[in-house]
Amino acid sequence: MLFLAVLGGGMLAGFLLRQKRALVEAAERLSSFAIYLLLFLLGLSVGGDEAIFSRLPALGLQALLLSAAAIAGSVALTALLNELPHLKKKGDAK
Amino acid sequence: MILEADPASYALALLLLLVGVTIGGSKETGSLVREAPRRILLLPALVVAGTLLSVALVSPLLPSLSLREALAVGAGFGYYSLSSVIAGQMGGATLGVLALLTNLMRELLTLLLAPLLARYLGGVAPIASGGATSMDTALPIISHFSGQEYAVTAIFSGIVLTVLAPLLITLFLSAGS
Repeated sequence: MLFLAVLGGGMLAGFLLRQKRALVEAAERLSSFAIYLLLFLLGLSVGGDEAIFSRLPALGLQALLLSAAAIAGSVALTALLNELPHLKKKGDAK
Repeated sequence: MILEADPASYALALLLLLVGVTIGGSKETGSLVREAPRRILLLPALVVAGTLLSVALVSPLLPSLSLREALAVGAGFGYYSLSSVIAGQMGGATLGVLALLTNLMRELLTLLLAPLLARYLGGVAPIASGGATSMDTALPIISHFSGQEYAVTAIFSGIVLTVLAPLLITLFLSAGS
């Protein structure tokens, strides 16, 4: 829960300090850098761990199932917008 | 708890702080908070519900994955860079790779399926499929196949899901720990 509090606290701080563009932009640049760095570290730990590396094909199949399910569920629920005319107006008339 | 944790936890905490400040301070979030009409939130709310419901439904097919982990992976909504980093730090490298692949595939499948989705299920379908990517990488293809009148809807839905993704992933992976 601590991570969630840190993230929520950051959002609140960013919102309160949103007039200080230099600060927000610095946070944006730093977080992009941190994401790339951590992605690289993730790649390092995967490449250096034979157990994970050998599971990549299986993980790919799991990912395909999960992403297809996520898309199907999202599309199916939002198709309600087309079925219900008053919702369609709300969803589309922008 | 973080004081006993490894240095990577400090890195993740710092990253989440920076991401939070970026999201909270972005002009788009400001306009969302000011306007926040229900019509803008309805579409992303349905995308969240649809994604999490169907991921929960298929998760019994993946015995190596707990329900919380499956939900966390699904809650990336296609935002693969940040979701894989958070999942990798909080749930281990294997979960990070799964989050990376799943959300990368969501983006790629959206780009591939957008013409079919728009033609047979309407202009909103590619936006729903794109999740968080509807605001940037999937936007050109959405506005082409759904029509330009859907571009604003796509951007708003993408922004809301981009904000929700780190919150929900962190929430799912910290529940019960």
